[in-house]
Amino acid sequence: MTETTMAISKNIETRFSDGVTLDERTGYEGYIVEADKLIEFATALRDEFGYDFLSSVTGVDYLPEEKMEVVYHMYKSTGGGALIFKVQVPRQAPVVPSLYDVFLGADFQEREAWDLLGIKFEGHPDLRRILMWEGFEGHPLRKDWKEAFHENDTKPFDARWPGGDVYRAEDENPFTKNVLYPEGFDPEKWTPEGETAVYAGMTEIESDDPMHTDQIVVNLGPQHPSTHGVFRMVATLDGETIVKLRPVMGYLHRNHEKIGERNTYLMNIPFTDRLDYLSSMTANWGYVQAVEKLLGPKVVVPERAEYIRVIMSEFTRIANHLMAIGALLNDLGAYFTPMLYALTERELILDIFEAAAGSRMMCNYFRFGGLVRDLPAGVEQKMRDLAFERLPRKIDELDRYLTENEIVVVRCEGIGVLTPEEAIGYSAVGPVLRASGVPYDVRKADPYGIYDRFDFDVAVAYHGDVYDRYLVRLEEIRQSIRILQQALDDLPEGEIMMGKPKYSIRVPAGEAYGRVEAPKGELGFYVVSDGSANPWRYHVRAPSFINLTGLSKMCEGDKVADAVIILGSIDIVLGETDR
Amino acid sequence: MSEDINSQGYDVPPEMQNVVAITTLDKIYNWGRRYSVWPMMFGLACCAIEMICTAASRFDFSRFGMEIMRPSPRQADLMLVSGTVTKKMVPQIVRLYNQMPEPKYVVAMGACASGGGPFKEGYNVVSGIDKFLPVDVYIPGCPPTPQALLFGLMRVQEMIDNQSLKEVRWYQKGDLPAIPIPILGPDLIDPRDYPEFAEKLAKAQAVVAEPEEV
Ligand code: SF4
Repeated sequence: MTETTMAISKNIETRFSDGVTLDERTGYEGYIVEADKLIEFATALRDEFGYDFLSSVTGVDYLPEEKMEVVYHMYKSTGGGALIFKVQVPRQAPVVPSLYDVFLGADFQEREAWDLLGIKFEGHPDLRRILMWEGFEGHPLRKDWKEAFHENDTKPFDARWPGGDVYRAEDENPFTKNVLYPEGFDPEKWTPEGETAVYAGMTEIESDDPMHTDQIVVNLGPQHPSTHGVFRMVATLDGETIVKLRPVMGYLHRNHEKIGERNTYLMNIPFTDRLDYLSSMTANWGYVQAVEKLLGPKVVVPERAEYIRVIMSEFTRIANHLMAIGALLNDLGAYFTPMLYALTERELILDIFEAAAGSRMMCNYFRFGGLVRDLPAGVEQKMRDLAFERLPRKIDELDRYLTENEIVVVRCEGIGVLTPEEAIGYSAVGPVLRASGVPYDVRKADPYGIYDRFDFDVAVAYHGDVYDRYLVRLEEIRQSIRILQQALDDLPEGEIMMGKPKYSIRVPAGEAYGRVEAPKGELGFYVVSDGSANPWRYHVRAPSFINLTGLSKMCEGDKVADAVIILGSIDIVLGETDR
Repeated sequence: MSEDINSQGYDVPPEMQNVVAITTLDKIYNWGRRYSVWPMMFGLACCAIEMICTAASRFDFSRFGMEIMRPSPRQADLMLVSGTVTKKMVPQIVRLYNQMPEPKYVVAMGACASGGGPFKEGYNVVSGIDKFLPVDVYIPGCPPTPQALLFGLMRVQEMIDNQSLKEVRWYQKGDLPAIPIPILGPDLIDPRDYPEFAEKLAKAQAVVAEPEEV
């Protein structure tokens, strides 16, 4: 604890004499708050202590103790470390007051905890399932919930060819499919209920328009060319204007967390690649950082590895933003040409990843305590060529073609506005937050790795609209190039891994939250270890997911065609949104 | 060009070569189709990004006549299932497939679409699109590189080459049956399972009751 956090914790303890206790389990930190004190506590943190940013809300199922725990991570939007607090409720009837009225950013995250863990948030206005469909049986992240293809609680599994003959999971299931039904279930008597819940409350919305026109409900997605994957929006329109919009997701829910809790620690790294598949390096880093925190100070990442981590992350950021800008222009109707320009540069960056990691997209490059392998010969020169020569030129070119383009300006300015207060309230992160005038960047606010050694600025803009988000991304590419140039100049020789690479590691019991500034914003991994070879809880705080909380707010009052570019300006990746 | 479509054994006089070709109806029909496959613009997951790269500057599958990607299934011939098929999404995918006009082809791109891939054990994951749709070409990889995808697409072209007007399913008598749309129940329900549903369910419950037997 630093001095300031110590002072704050003193104050918190005096302010809340009862109902709030220190979390004294070894390896844990923060406070345990009584459920009935929660709203008061959170409000005080926001109004009196300056913790105005609710970053992450998630639940943990402590099955052996018959408890459910909800974990909150709060930050100050001016920077600094986390304040963690938890609420513990009995597992049989887990009910926790909702923080929806204090922090709008809790909206989707509480719905997710309800969906996957079955924790009820009292006072939440719309507590529906978010990733699974309405009507699904059970809450899959509970430790005693088993899926159809369940083989064993932990990996590695036993051999799949015990007697010399291979079997597949399907062979064990009479349906020869990955399905599981409750006892005595009769499908012909079943009435699906999903869609009614999605459309509920979307019709006949009050408006102060004196002219009474009929509203229509329009559905976009999940198969729609502008949704960047399988995202879906339901919008109520008055003429062309959006009166209400509701995001619907989960179409790419791939059960990362359930699978991650069965994997060993090392096995999860390739899965993090597949979260935000446009920027796997930063996702690697977030997870590795969380586990390194759990491992404690004995993990020392060698200098060279630290530099390469930064270099790879910044290349990732550039590749991601190129894609984001190209896709935004696609959404604006500039069918594919700007995208082709952007992708040309992205390909060159992917070449570097392929040379270093062996794969273009799914890099799987970071390891606990270093990196999997060193840069092969010649790659450093390639990187230098890109960072010093080609990219600065190409970014200027993109800037020249796009920034002043009349259509871009007219379509983007003043659209999808989020004020700074709203952005913080909705827990927006990354370029969305910074375009609203909040200069918050984890690399500066809470530096990790060796980011404190580099000279760079946090890109920030003040209108909070689509255009500013575009400008922030463009500027971030320039800042990344600056970091790259410094890092490449200083890149030392030496080891890239602490000690011998290990297949299976044991991690001391405890919790850790690792967060990095991924291209899309703060990406956090909350990992709880019970001392065994597999994480007890593995939660991803996904920027793409939480940034969508503000989507309805951004879209309301704008035209339906703008919803497409507003979504494009948030820059989501469905792998991470739905996990 | 004439070598491509000219049937062997028919000699075209030298002065007429490149102008006239003697060929079969099958050949000319397939030759037209193989160079104008319109894929559906539809991405499911990570593999879709490699699909975009294949369509973009460096790899450019318009060299194979595939540059027109159609977001509407009504205008597409080829469904590239590029990514993890989830239970929540599969009703939509089947619906899209049913909406595509014949002739239509399905390519399962990547480990996920072919068999569930790294997420196979997931409770919301379908172990491969071939549980619902007839797949013509499987492309391994996670993700398959653009080169692998191109190779897979060339396999589709070869498949087209070998089809015969007399035998293709879309010129047979009667309507082609649509694939029944799966239903989202307590878990995914495939209407094709209805006849033996109770029986299979009882069996599944028995397995759960005595896991040692497995
Ligand atoms: S096969 Fe691999 S890359 Fe393709 S969708 Fe599945 S996880 Fe993603």
